[in-house]
Parts: sequence; structure tokens; C-alpha cells
Amino acid sequence: MTGRFTPGIAAILGLLAIYVFVAVLAPWIVPHNPLRQILLLRLRPPLTYSPSAGWFLLGTDDVGRDLLSRVVDGARASLMVGALSVSVSLLSGTVFGLLAGWFRGWIAIVVMRIVDIVLSIPAILLAVLTVAVLGPSFANLILVLGLTRWPRYTRVAYAQTLQVATLPYIRAAEMAGAHAPRILLRHILPNIAGPLMVVATTEFGLMILFEAGLSFLGLGIQPPYPSWGSIMSEGQNYVASAWWMTVFPGICLFGVVLCVNLLGDWLRDRLDPRAQSR
Amino acid sequence: MLRHIAGRVGQAVVTTFGVLTLVFFLMRLSGDPTLLLVPQGASAHQIAILRHQLGFDRPLIVQYVAYLRQLLQGNLGTSLVQRMPVASILGSRIPYTIELAAGSLVVAVGIGIPAGVAMAVWRGSLVERSLAALVFAGQSMPTFWSGILMILLFGVVLGWLPTSGVAGLPSLIMPSIALGALSMASFARMTRIAVLDELSRDYVAAARARGLSLGAAVARHVARNAAIPVVTVAALEIGNLLAGAVIVETVFAWPGIGQLAIQAIAARDFLVVQAIVLFVSFVFIVMNLLADVVYAVIDPRIRLSS
Amino acid sequence: MSAALEVSDLRLAIGGVNVVDGIAFSVAPGEVMALVGESGCGKSLTAQALLRLLPRQVRQTGGRILLEGEDITALAERRLRQIRGRRISMIFQEPQAALDPLSPVGAQVREASGLASAAAREAVRRMLAEVGIADPDRRIDQYPFELSGGMCQRVMIASALISRPAVLVADEPTTALDVTIQAQILDLLRRLAAERGTAIVLITHDMGVVADIAERVAVMYAGRIAEIGPTAAVFSRPRHPYTALLLAAIPRLADEPKSRLAVIEGSVPQPSEYGAGCRFVGRCPFADARCNAEPPPLLETDEGHFSACWHTERLA
Repeated sequence: MTGRFTPGIAAILGLLAIYVFVAVLAPWIVPHNPLRQILLLRLRPPLTYSPSAGWFLLGTDDVGRDLLSRVVDGARASLMVGALSVSVSLLSGTVFGLLAGWFRGWIAIVVMRIVDIVLSIPAILLAVLTVAVLGPSFANLILVLGLTRWPRYTRVAYAQTLQVATLPYIRAAEMAGAHAPRILLRHILPNIAGPLMVVATTEFGLMILFEAGLSFLGLGIQPPYPSWGSIMSEGQNYVASAWWMTVFPGICLFGVVLCVNLLGDWLRDRLDPRAQSR
Repeated sequence: MLRHIAGRVGQAVVTTFGVLTLVFFLMRLSGDPTLLLVPQGASAHQIAILRHQLGFDRPLIVQYVAYLRQLLQGNLGTSLVQRMPVASILGSRIPYTIELAAGSLVVAVGIGIPAGVAMAVWRGSLVERSLAALVFAGQSMPTFWSGILMILLFGVVLGWLPTSGVAGLPSLIMPSIALGALSMASFARMTRIAVLDELSRDYVAAARARGLSLGAAVARHVARNAAIPVVTVAALEIGNLLAGAVIVETVFAWPGIGQLAIQAIAARDFLVVQAIVLFVSFVFIVMNLLADVVYAVIDPRIRLSS
Repeated sequence: MSAALEVSDLRLAIGGVNVVDGIAFSVAPGEVMALVGESGCGKSLTAQALLRLLPRQVRQTGGRILLEGEDITALAERRLRQIRGRRISMIFQEPQAALDPLSPVGAQVREASGLASAAAREAVRRMLAEVGIADPDRRIDQYPFELSGGMCQRVMIASALISRPAVLVADEPTTALDVTIQAQILDLLRRLAAERGTAIVLITHDMGVVADIAERVAVMYAGRIAEIGPTAAVFSRPRHPYTALLLAAIPRLADEPKSRLAVIEGSVPQPSEYGAGCRFVGRCPFADARCNAEPPPLLETDEGHFSACWHTERLA
């Protein structure tokens, strides 16, 4: 919505690249083992130096772990959960949407009704319930986020497929004897990819927020492994005495989601045919 | 109009059944729902007895019918942990969540809609860019983080507002802002798009050609036309606010159903969790239905159709 | 008699290019004057400029617009609001889109009347009757979707004329309508112009419509006036090759069914392609070096009949 006034898409992409870089290289660039507790160095403020253990640039947490290392490692959890859950939902949602849009009739009715039903349970609650039933784990987290969000893509893919499928050249390809899977993959998918990418980008930001939220509630990444959400949950108990435990992971989380949302907006201006007409 | 609304009611009923069915199967995803309901440390024998008492040893279809019948009678079951009807546990918490959701909605609507209108009317100006920054911030801010930051600033450092719990209106301010920010962003975005859409239409040019100012044209004509998509967002956002309460209520120790859900999960009181999910979904479906009724009232093309 | 509207040397620019480049015309009370041209010639922008309702990327870079002798180009927005709808008003191409779908049509007509509610309803009712809407008592409370396109255009005309403006700008008022309805609307406009002494500026691309209603016609090409004069004179003795080709392109009933529709070769140049000389040069059968170098001035060829062409005599 900022149109051409977006403060430099290059800066946004650069920042996101740094996030990805840090997340991928986390095990090699953390200054300390993010799980190692030094009980003598509990709740130390940023820029603490210990002759035996070295620098703690962002301070330490309530059991004496290096906050910087935990925040860096948390980037890994955050981006991995975001990327994997978006992949799961994008893939499954698109397939259902393509099929419903192509076959129409009762298949479309059933699929779109299921979409309505899943979307009637607010996503956070659906995720909370499912994780609680299955038990929290990394795989369950991805599964749950993937399975609660696919209908968003299905709606878009369905609407777009309906539109594209009636275009003359698609009908021409059909009459020329091309099979449905080939038409769907070769002709329709490329045409609907733009709007789907826009949805996937905003969903990526949302999934990162969801992961942090679930971890904050104790239903996501399980201790002792760090996630921005769980670090902040631990930090909340010490908010008056150790502000750094909530402020730094929060800045990282806010920053990445902001970048993703700005990117999504930039993409929308370019890829969404409805936005272009405005 | 009645036929239109009747159709929507029919859809809502189907969706409600769908939600009930989905939750029924979700509760059985782990294989044995009995394990979700027993207090911790129960022996195998106790579990077997409970399984039989709750009917979880019966065929799935029988369980499903019993589950539907029970819920359709308005019976949410009895909590095995608290040994109280789930309905009364929920009932004591719902008013708090409604209070919080209402406060958040005031924040979201009160800021989001004027911001959206301003962004559309002053498109490309400094006004739009500043408001866009606000919208992006709201959209990207984790509720628990903004909540904790506000507690730190206004509660701990400045001491202006209570940091948690329920103590009249002041205690509602921070949770409402934390929870309302994301919805505020949605309202602003949707309103902006809806108003821009309408501003480009000929009837706006025609109204101005009649001597109306842009402001008067927006107030008299654009507002109502743009309200139609915004009402949809309102229905959607009320559902999101109720769900988002899970996190915000935990941060602020607000004794609504969101906090209850997390407490119930910790206490393995799954009938309560199930009831909360069903309740929020039901509210969401009813809100969507209401949105459809509102359309029909606003739009003569639906209102006057037979 | 003094002109109801007098436009002189009007220039409108988008991004530094004059897309309307020094056009001038005047309309007398009760007169219908047509501005005719292909899409992109600047006629719709001219219409919007007359009400000072230009899209924001368009700037007026020169010229004056005198409404009943008063220059409105320099007026503040507040004053303009008092003029719009009262002294100059406008109707649009798609009548149904030009009416707010959620307001009763009567309320939209009343909006232009500036009257309070009790007197207004009667005034609106009478105005609706005057533009030929049967059963105005019922129609007044109906919504645009309940009315046909032709009826919606009648409502638009009622809203445009209820305050008895001196000038009505009609931007392609019949293009979106069926042929029979088109004729009725044109009849109505002609009758109202005569009865009420309203000057009408009719924007159209259709020479048939021009012949049907306009007393005078200005033919626009690429932001300039190519030819202007009494309709009968322009149609019988066109003095600009563009006009001549436009007239030849009108299909006639007498034509052989198989005869090819005459079309003008080439297309209207984009503003970025405008050269130093005549802008019709790329499509003109008479184009020579002078045409390429120097823009032809608008000169009187017969009484009240002007043409901007170096080769007027070759059309005589």
C-alpha cells in the first residue's frame, strides 16, 4: 500500500537475507552453546564480561545461558517452522484449489465447504487444540500450522483457477487433447502463481508469529531449545529486573515479520492482478 | 431478502456441523481420547474404567452420535478435573473475554477505519505513509511482545497502569491495545482498499459534479458502499480477537476463556478446551451470519430481492 | 448574445506533455455544441476541465474558461463547489455507474437541488416528470438497480438540470445505451436545451450523434481542434482531411451490404510522439514537408467555419 514509496525493497531483502544467513549458520556463529547454563552468571545485563567465559553481549537469561546465542538459535527455529509450514499448506492448499477449480461440480462444493469449516475455527485456537492433543513437538508444530492454514491457499487457487480455466487458450489446449494434469501444471499453475506467492508471503510472517505465540504458551518449541517465543515467555517473569530477555528476541521477531509483511505488500502491488488495477 | 438470509442460515448450520465433526476427530487424533481426560498419574485400571464410563470403547459412529446429541442439547459435559459442568466453568469466564474483545474492537475499529479512510483519501501523501507505518507495525507486532513492553513501560517504569488482572477500566487498556493492534491493521487495510475502490467509481465524480465536496461525497455515498467489505472484516476479526485472547490473557493474567484454555491444557482438562474451541467457532459463525444480514440491510439489491 | 461558456487556449498537461494543446470554443445559451474525436484526443479531459474536476495527475498549464463571463480557472475549491451543479453540471457515459447504488434516485437528484426536504421532494418529482420519467412518485424512491439504463440517464439529466445551470457537459451520454433509447435521450437533451436555454457541450466519438443533435461541432485530433463550425457546413463541406475521413467512415444504410467499411489508416499518435508540425501528418493523404515542420493555424474558411490545415483548398 506504500506503492512506490516502499522504503527500498533492496533494504528489506537485504535484512531478510541476513536473517536467513544467521539462521542457516546458527550452529557455527553462536558465541556460546545456547543450552549451556552457567548458574553463577544468571540474569546478567547486556555487555557482561566474565574472565572465565568471555563476553555476553546481550546478557544472560534466568539460568545463565547466553542470550545472544539463544536469540541466534531462535532465528533458526522461527524461519524453519515458517518455511516448512508454509510449504505444507501452500502445496496442499494449492492442490485442493486447483482440483476444485478444474472439476467444479460436487468436488468444488465439498472442498470449499471444508475450507469454510476449517476457517471457522480461528487458526490460533485450532493450532492450540491440535498441538495439545498430539503433544508439542517440532514435527507436530509444522503439521498443525500446515494443516490449519491450507484453506487460505485453496480459496485463492480455486478462484483463480475458475477464472483462468475459462480462458479460450485453456479450452483450446483441452480440445487439442491435452490431459488435465498437464493443463493444470503447464497452463493454469503458472497463471495463478502470482497471487499464491502473495498469500504465501503474508502467511510466512503469520506462521512466524504463530510459532512464537505457541512457543510462548509452551505449546511450540520445547525447552531447553530456544525459540523467540519461549525466551520471551521465560523473560516475562523477570520483566522488571531483566528487560533484555524480552526486548531482544522481540526486536528480532518484530523485525523479521515486518520485513516479510513489507515484502508481501511489495509483491502484492506487482503480482496481484486485482491490486494492479488500482 | 428472507430467502437470502435463510440460505445463509442453512450454510451456517452446515458449517457448525462441520466444525463439530472436525473437533470430534481432532480430539481422537492421538488414538485414545481417554488419555486426554484422565488426571495425571492414573493407573491403567482407572483408565480402563474411565474409558468405559465415557463410552470411548464404543464404535466411533456411536460415539459421534452421542457426542452430537449431547452438544445439541447444550450439554458441554462435566470436567473430570474440576468436577463441575463445563458450561458453568466457561460461563464464569466468558464475560471477561467479551469485555477484552470489546475493548480491542474499540481500538481496532476506532483507529483502523479512520486510518483506512485517510490513507485512501490522501493517497500518496505524507499522511498515507505515516499511517502505513502504523499499519505495518500493528500487523507485525507479536501481541505478547507489545503486551510485555507495555507492562514494562506503563506498569513497571511509569506505574500508570496495573500490570495484570482485572481492576476496572485501567486494567483493560493495555490488553485491549495489545490484542487490538493486529485487527486494527486489518481494518485499516480493508477500509483503504474499499474506499479506494469506491472513490474511482463514476458516482463519486457525479456527486462532485453536483457540487459536493470530496468529504461530503465520502460521507454520503462512499462510506456506505465501502462498508460492505469492511463488515466482512469485522466478522472475521471478532473471531480472531476471541482466539488471540489465548495469548493476551496469558500475558496479562486476564481471567477469560483464553487463559482458561491454557490452564485447562496444563491440567489436561480437555473437555474444557474442546468447549472453548466450539464456543469461539460458534461465535465466529454467528458473526459471519450477522454480517450477511447487515449486507442485506445496507444493500437494496439484496434487501429488495424476492 | 453573450456566450454561456467560452474556452480560450486551454492547455492540459500530464507529466509535462500538453495532451490538450490550446483549444478554444464557445457555446451560446440553448446551443448544443459537440466535441468529437477518437478516444485519446483529449475530449474527456476537456470535459473534466470545464468542471475543474481533473484527475490529480493532470495540470492545467494555460487558458481561460469563462462561465457566463466569469473566469473559473482561478477559483478556489469552495467557490467551485457553489458553481458545480448550480451553474455548470455534467452527465456521464454509464448512467448506472454514475448513480450511487445504495441511495434512492430521488435523493441523488435532490442533492443537486440545494433545497430543503419538503420543497425538494416536489421539485424533484416535477423534474423527474420533465425528463420523461413516467410515474415519478414511485420512481423517486427506487434504487438505480430497479431502473433501466435509459431511465438512469434521465435521472442523471434531472439531477444535472434541476438547479437550472447555464451549461451542461454531456460526456458520451448515449454510448452505453441501446440505439432506440439513444435517440430518445438525444431528443430530450435537445428539447431541454431549447426550453431552458441551457448550453450543452456534448462529448462524443460518434458522427451520427453529432449530426442528430449538435448545431455546431468541434473536431478534435490529438489534443487540438482540427475543424470547428456549424454542423451542416462541416458535414457538407469538411475543410480538414481528418473530418472528411471521419465522415467517410460513417456506415450508411444505403451502402451495399458487402461494401467495405471505410477506415482511417494508422492510429492516433501518443502524446510522446507529437512532432513539431501538424499532428495528423502520419495519417493524412496530403501531408508534405510544411505539414511536418509547422503546425497549421485555425483559420476561417467560410463564415463561422474554421479549419487547421495547410491544404484546405484541396478539400474545397
